[in-house]
Amino acid sequence: MNPFSSGTRLRDMIRAIRACKTAAEERAVVRKECAAIRSAISENDQDYRHRNIAKLMFIHMLGYPTHFGQMECLKLIASAGFPEKRIGYLGLMLLLDERQEVLMLVTNSLKQDLNHTNQYIVGLALCALGNICSAEMARDLAPEVERLLLTRDPNIKKKAALCSIRIIRKVPDLAENVLSQAASLLKEKHHGVLIAGVQLCTDLCKVSADATKYLRKNCTEGLVRILKDVSNSPYAPEYDIAGITDPFLHIRVLRLMRMLGQGDADTSESINDILAQVASKTESNKNAGNAILYECVETIMGIEATSGLRVLAINILGRFLSNRDNNIRYVALNMLMKAIAVDSQAVQRHRTTILECVKDSDASIRKRALELVFLLVNDTNAKPLTKELVDYLEVSDQDFKGDLTAKICSIVEKFSQEKKWYIDQMFKVLSLAGNYVKDDVWHALIVAIGNAPDLQGYSVRSLYKAFQTSSEQVSLVRVAVWCIGEYGEMLVTNVGVLEVEEPMTVTESDAVDVLEDCLTRHSSDITTRSMSLIALLKLSSRFPPTSERIKEIITAHKGSVVLELQQRAIEFNSIIQKHQNIKSSLVERMPVLDESTYIAKRTSSSQADIVADKSTQPSSAGTSLKLPNGVSKPAAAPLVDLLDLSSDDTPVPTSTSNDFLHDLLGIDLTNSSSSGTAPTAGTDILMDLLSIGTTPVQSNAAPEIVSSNKAFAPTSKPAPTTVQVVDLLDGLSSNGSHSEAQTPIYPSITAFQSSTLKITFSFTKQPEKPQVTQIQATFMNLSSDAYADFIFQAAVPKFVQLQLDPASSNHLPASGNGTITQTLTVTNSQHGQKALAMRIRIVYKVNNQEKLEQGQINNFPSGL
Amino acid sequence: MGIRFVLLVNKQGQTRLAQYYAEHLTLDERRALEGEIVRKCLARNDQQCSFVEHRNYKIVYRRYASLFFLVGVDNDENELAILEFIHLFVETMDRHFGNVCELDIMFHLEKAHFMLEEMVMNGCIVETSKSNILAPIQLMDKAS
Repeated sequence: MNPFSSGTRLRDMIRAIRACKTAAEERAVVRKECAAIRSAISENDQDYRHRNIAKLMFIHMLGYPTHFGQMECLKLIASAGFPEKRIGYLGLMLLLDERQEVLMLVTNSLKQDLNHTNQYIVGLALCALGNICSAEMARDLAPEVERLLLTRDPNIKKKAALCSIRIIRKVPDLAENVLSQAASLLKEKHHGVLIAGVQLCTDLCKVSADATKYLRKNCTEGLVRILKDVSNSPYAPEYDIAGITDPFLHIRVLRLMRMLGQGDADTSESINDILAQVASKTESNKNAGNAILYECVETIMGIEATSGLRVLAINILGRFLSNRDNNIRYVALNMLMKAIAVDSQAVQRHRTTILECVKDSDASIRKRALELVFLLVNDTNAKPLTKELVDYLEVSDQDFKGDLTAKICSIVEKFSQEKKWYIDQMFKVLSLAGNYVKDDVWHALIVAIGNAPDLQGYSVRSLYKAFQTSSEQVSLVRVAVWCIGEYGEMLVTNVGVLEVEEPMTVTESDAVDVLEDCLTRHSSDITTRSMSLIALLKLSSRFPPTSERIKEIITAHKGSVVLELQQRAIEFNSIIQKHQNIKSSLVERMPVLDESTYIAKRTSSSQADIVADKSTQPSSAGTSLKLPNGVSKPAAAPLVDLLDLSSDDTPVPTSTSNDFLHDLLGIDLTNSSSSGTAPTAGTDILMDLLSIGTTPVQSNAAPEIVSSNKAFAPTSKPAPTTVQVVDLLDGLSSNGSHSEAQTPIYPSITAFQSSTLKITFSFTKQPEKPQVTQIQATFMNLSSDAYADFIFQAAVPKFVQLQLDPASSNHLPASGNGTITQTLTVTNSQHGQKALAMRIRIVYKVNNQEKLEQGQINNFPSGL
Repeated sequence: MGIRFVLLVNKQGQTRLAQYYAEHLTLDERRALEGEIVRKCLARNDQQCSFVEHRNYKIVYRRYASLFFLVGVDNDENELAILEFIHLFVETMDRHFGNVCELDIMFHLEKAHFMLEEMVMNGCIVETSKSNILAPIQLMDKAS
């Protein structure tokens, strides 16, 4: 040993790693070793290359990066000695994969070694090639491998055969070249060659139909003979496993027979006898025998077997299924899945046993059995099976509930023949495992309820009852909330009671209790709570006696820290307080969604994205509003529907979802149709919200919202792209101070806009005087008449000083054909603590008539 | 395809041998996969079946003393045969090392790999005779 070598022996390194008590220690040891190996590599140390790669293999196994050793492997492969080559090839297979460019460099060494005189070296090269070769290498080296398929040595032959599998998988065109050689491999005696040959033939069948034809013709007999030989062979110690000679070969042959017999009556017929022999004679008390029987049954199910043979196979299946060994039961379930296509009657006979397996304690068996039950369900047995599964749902493991729920839901949806059954089952599932139900499932349920007028009362009452016991199941709660909101009166007045129902008395305040409970419960998510708010709004018009209480609940949420809830509460509050006249039409029932189009939509989008899926839901009033203001959402039809109800006074020609907000606020503008229809190029409808100043009604409403809202005002973002959104939010907020905007660049804002006038502010600030802001105001006339004697006035809070410079003109041309600019200098004495605010007043003359517009600007970028 | 990977893991969940076939996993993916599988398999008891479904693999596992042998296979592979294969692998190592234990595999990792290499190529079983598998290894031992 080289005394100057700093490296440790492999043994010592492994000991050191084993001695590590923590992951950190292990990392330290590995880092040290890697450093030593790296320096050895850079010094081109030949003596320890071999050892270094062995170390790297170990380090690689532990999961550390070892790419720096890749070139060393190539050097080892290129060296002459067998041990070096051996470890080099092993390193190559472990440390490299075919994406590595290094692989190109090894092609030449491989080619040399494939032509080596030493059979072991040839074997090494074949093995490496078989494990790692890329398509390019496959093309380069295929001739060598084809030649090696013809050698005498069985060890080389078997490896060449497996190497060919990799090659034809990478380059299917090369399959033709090995076809005849592959067929002749099946005439060999050596088991290794046979098993490799059989696998090569199987792969040839996979890549080419011509090959399948060829092999059917030339190999069927050979396969029968092989199988006969191994199954009848006397004791062969080398290949014996539990009294059976080479079960692996059995299985591979049976598998190839399945490929060849599939859809081919002649081949199937010629292998019928041997399959019958294997199926009836193989011992089934050991694992090896069962493995063969398992494969044999699969083959019988896969080919055009005679009915007698099928009966034999089905009997084996029955035996497997009743076996006490869980492994055997597992594969039995697997086989039944395949058998169901061939003989579903036979599988149906085992239904009870399979149902028992669904309830097994073993997760793997449960999963298989559940898949199988799902395949077994048909119109006649759907009801009892669903009942069984639903009953089991109650007691099943938590981690199995997800799978089970999904399957039950899809069975119920697929096989329901009557609505009531569907609704009943879904309610059961929701109350047992509502937390596992996917959104689209309960959305579909709501659509179904909406389409069943005679069951709506029943549904809402059942849900009310279920809620009392299962209020922790999210999706149950959501459906209940939705139904109470929509059909609340049926809950109280007991409309459409079915015979099966028990009579119950629910008062109006009980129904409100449920919703209040959902709203205040901490565990409830925002979606549920938002839905509850909507439901409350609806109830407030349906249950007049409770409207005072509902108003209180809604008012309580005006201060919610959750933006979504806060916004809803404020909007709903203003509907309740100010717009009693339209409230009842506003909270009418949701229009019924057409069930068939809904289902079609759902199936088409079920694999697409969830977002799209959600927007088709009837309850998207609950879901789509999750995004602040729903601005970025695609158009959602139900929303528009809702809005249409309110559009009696404000005609809304557009139908983008943005209209929702627009209209909701448009409610305030009931007598100003001009702003509702303002054609601002359709770009920023939200901008219309700022037309707040146009009518007296509006300007009164705005400050009040501001006041209610101060404490929880959302901070605005000074990004130019979101200006419209900011405008909206700021219309409601007092613009809380913002610390991050220290840069002296501020986005311009639209300070004021009405149907006739638009004012934009742009800001400049000198860094040394943070309190002082110069505002350049630009006025634009949006009407078709020119304005004369244009005067702009502004007022600011006491802590701000304002200086107005003369305007550039007092005449504003029509239709935006010119602007007036005016500079304002603002000094904020409480800079950084209080935000800027401004009231403005504009006076001008149109056709000699005096006009006045005024408003408040709260949407200044923060930091001014 | 057949076998996708062979893993040897001890009771503590430390990997003792890992061989992947035609699986291009990055180091992180590999570590994550091994961790998930090992957690799943180690949590199961003796009565439960030896098969676990994970991602798109089926894992056939068998426990020998403190070592777990885990073989990831395609969904259409014969699980029972893989169980037999694991046993064959253990018997082969046993014949070579004599009462093979975890330490034998740790300190002779390359030998264990050589054996596996003789048995499986590119995910296909290539040799099932123990003496055929061990012949090249013994030859090399004699030469060195």
